[in-house]
This record gives sequence, C-alpha cells and structure tokens, in this order.
Amino acid sequence: MKTYFRNTWLGIYTVLVGMKITFKHLFTPAVTIQYPEVKLKMPDRVRNRLYVNIDDCIGCDQCARACPVSCITIDTVKSIPGEDLGTTSNGKKKALWVTKFDIDIAKCCFCQLCVFPCPTECIYMTDVYEFSEYERERLVYKFSSLTEEEVNQKKLNLEKFQAEKEAQKAAAAAAAAAKPKPDAPAQPSAN
Amino acid sequence: MYQFIYDLTGNVIISTLVTAVFPLVNVLIVALIGVYLERKISAWIQDRVGPNRVGPFGLFQTVADFIKMMQKEDATPTDIDGKLYNLAPVLVFTGCFAAYAAIPFSSQLIGSEVEVGIFFILAVSSFTVAGILMAGWSSNNKYALLGAMRSAAQIVSYEIPTALVVLSMVMLMGTLSLTKISEMQTAYFWNWNILGGATLGLSKFLLIPFMIVGFIIIFISTLAEVNRTPFDIPEAESELVAGYFTEYCGMKWAMFMLAEYGNMFAVSAIVSILFFGGYHSPFGYLGNSLGINWLIPYEQAFWFVAKGWFFILVQMWLRWTLPRLRVDQLMSLCWKYLIPYAVVNLVVIGIISLL
Repeated sequence: MKTYFRNTWLGIYTVLVGMKITFKHLFTPAVTIQYPEVKLKMPDRVRNRLYVNIDDCIGCDQCARACPVSCITIDTVKSIPGEDLGTTSNGKKKALWVTKFDIDIAKCCFCQLCVFPCPTECIYMTDVYEFSEYERERLVYKFSSLTEEEVNQKKLNLEKFQAEKEAQKAAAAAAAAAKPKPDAPAQPSAN
Repeated sequence: MYQFIYDLTGNVIISTLVTAVFPLVNVLIVALIGVYLERKISAWIQDRVGPNRVGPFGLFQTVADFIKMMQKEDATPTDIDGKLYNLAPVLVFTGCFAAYAAIPFSSQLIGSEVEVGIFFILAVSSFTVAGILMAGWSSNNKYALLGAMRSAAQIVSYEIPTALVVLSMVMLMGTLSLTKISEMQTAYFWNWNILGGATLGLSKFLLIPFMIVGFIIIFISTLAEVNRTPFDIPEAESELVAGYFTEYCGMKWAMFMLAEYGNMFAVSAIVSILFFGGYHSPFGYLGNSLGINWLIPYEQAFWFVAKGWFFILVQMWLRWTLPRLRVDQLMSLCWKYLIPYAVVNLVVIGIISLL
C-alpha cells in the first residue's frame, strides 16, 4: 500500500519535473544555424577549395609532384631571351610560360601537400566550400591566364627560336667543319 | 445556435447552413493551426526552429501540406477489404465530428441543446473505436492490425476512468446537459468546479482537492482516448510504422489526422466544461460592464476557444515531454491507478455533495 501511494506521487511529481524542464526549453533560443542564410566563420587554417594565383606562379611543377592523387597538371613553355615575363610578388624572376595549370578538384583529397613546396606561395587553400557541380568536367579548374592562341604563339616562338639556335649551331658546326685545323693531330675515336 | 443565427439574419437557409458548417470550420481551423503549432512547439522544446520557409514564420506550411495531400494518388493496397477500408476514415471522423453537435461554444453557439449532452458525447466518440478497428482489420497489414487492437484495448479501458469522473461531476451538478453545467459555474474563476463550484460553504472547500484529483484523472484518460503521446501506442512510429492508418494515404489519411485534432479539441472542451467553467469568462464580461449585451455570446465563444486551445497546448507540451508507455504500463496505469482513484473520488464527492 505504501509503494502504491509512493508510485502515484512519483508518477505525478516526475511528470511535473519533466514538464518544467521542457517549459524552460520552450523559451531557450534555437541552436539551429540556418545554413544558406547564416554561415559559420571558417577556422583560419581550413582546407577547402584550392586557389592558384597564376601571376605569381613560376611553373616549377613542385606542387604537381607533391600531389599524392595527381590532380594537378602543369604544362610550361620556355620563354625566349627577348621576352620579359616580369617577377613574382616576392621578387623571383619568371622564366616559363605556364600554358596549362589544371586542378581536378574532384580528385583532390585536401591534404594541402601542394601548398608547402610552392616557392612563391601562389597555391593555397581558400575557405570556399560550396562548389558542387552537375557535371564532373566542371570540377576541373583551369588557372592558366593564357589563351589558346597565346599558347600556340609561345610554342611557335620557342620552336622558331630553337630552330634558329639549331640553325646557328649547325652553321657554326658547318663553319668549323669547313675550316679544319691542320696543326691538330687527328684524334682517334674513343670507342 | 439556430435560433441565435435566425434572430441575427432572419433567414432560414443561412441559419441552418451556418449551424451545420460552424463546427466543421472549427475542426478544420483546429487541425490547420494544430498541426502547425504541434511542429512549432516540438521544435521550440527541442531548441530547434521548426517550419519557417512557407510564408511568414512558416504559417502556410500546413496549407502547403494540405495541397500536397489533395494531389496524392489514392493508392490502395491489394487484398484489402474494400468496403471497410473506405468506410473507416469516414466513421472515425464522424465519431469525432458528431461530438461537436453537443458542445456549447457559448450560451448561444451550440449545435443542439440536448439534455444528455455529456452522455451523448461519450457515446458518440466511441464510434472512433469501431472506425479504428475497421481500418486496422481491412488494411491487410500486420502493423495496422496490431495498432488497431492496441487502440481498441486502450480506448475501451480508458473510457472507464473518464466515465467515472464524468459520473461524479454529473452527480455533483445534478444534470447531464453541458449548457447547464457551464451555466452553473457562473462567470468568475472562483466559481469554477476546479475550485469547488459556485455554492459558497464548507463543501466548496472540501471539494477542491477531490476536484483536482478528478481533473487529473480525466485529463490523463482523455489523453489516452485520443491516442496522443504518452499513450500513442496504437500509432507508435518506432514499432508499428504508423499504426492503424499505415496503409492509408492522401485524403483518407488526412481524415484520420483531422479526426485526431478534432478529438483533441473536443476532449479539451469537455475538460474545460466540466472543471473550468465552460464558456464562462474568468474575469466577468466586457459586455456586462459596458452595457452591450450582444457582445456577451461572442466573448463567451472567445473564452471557450481559448480554454480549448490552452488544453491542446498542454497536450502538446506533454507529448514532447514524456516517452511512450509500454502496453503493460498503459494497462496498469488505467486499471491499477486511475480506476481505483476515480472510484474513491466518486464516493467522496458523493458524500460531500450530500452535506
């Protein structure tokens, strides 16, 4: 009989305690962050979408080599002596045209290993994290600032330059061959 | 109510229509706002935001849901018992809606002033059990059948404490008519039955604790009768998918939901009539003090709806506080606790009313 009344009392009392707790929560502000409208501030060293400041890139290919999943593809074309490519922001002279700098962000594993080797600190992680796409091809980001025509032009220039150089070399060689040195004894072939 | 509208408009057709449609509109509004509030309150209690996309503060969420429900295909499973399957939602809704015929919204707004009002409501709302059993049986689904069986067991057993408390109140008031019960608790809150009724004397103060016990018993048992948490084992989502209306969709399902919210209001109305003065204002009437007599019925309707909504809110508050009872706990609460207390309460109130 004692437990019976005790049960009754406990039943009513515990329900009231529970109701008091939920009543308090009725007036606590919601903890929900309504995402598209409200965004949390990202931490400082957050790793999200990669970005390349192509003006500073010297085309050294170190990031592509560091990448464990090979998501960075870099093509470069040597500049010819007359061309001035300018300097990077930390004063390095650029010597290569970066004709292609593609990052396939779909492959990227956000390890940040590409960021550390960069001598000019031109590749880095940003805090942009909303970059879903409907087509996978659109996740390949092209950072090169050169147009296709320019790229072809650079290649042509280089080829011309190399051809000229080759021609010069050939001419020099031909000239050398045409003017044999009589004093020098004929060197026997080493092999 | 017919006479009231007839005096107002002087048109037979309009007054008949209004009399018939008014409770339906009330049920629809209760369901519309009830579903919205249910979701909002559950969200607030759980420190969430709740629906807030459709319209200002998500107010049109229920409307959007309703439009979605209207568009749904009326998919029926194979091997159902077609007649019972189609009849069940109608019957459940009828059981809920018929109760509104005898609920006095104010001294004028009452569908039918039956002398046996409370008895009529108790009898008619038992229709729901038949409807639920039909729905569960005809769906050809084990979950639905289990839910229906549980629901039948629950509603039938919880009708006993409800009836016992109602009986003690009827004994005290000496009438079954809901209008008269309301009229007897005249317009100030210290005249309400929960505070011992209108007659001043020793019995008033003796009655108060027993009235509170009676109120708690009838509140718990009516909560169980409308299948709401913590007594929602007939539709326990985590065990029975959706209970007896698992196989229903679209408008038929909507009728079950409508019946649930309609029942919530009806039950709150009964509790407020029996214990909280029905349609009477707790602080007297503006119409009386200003000398505008025609205002009083509208004020009464306002207070009645406000009291109904208060108890609906308490039901929702309880729903998001308590976990669901197990079947055996449910039965032991009813048979071992509520019924003995209700019987003792009945006897004591009887003795006091003889004093």
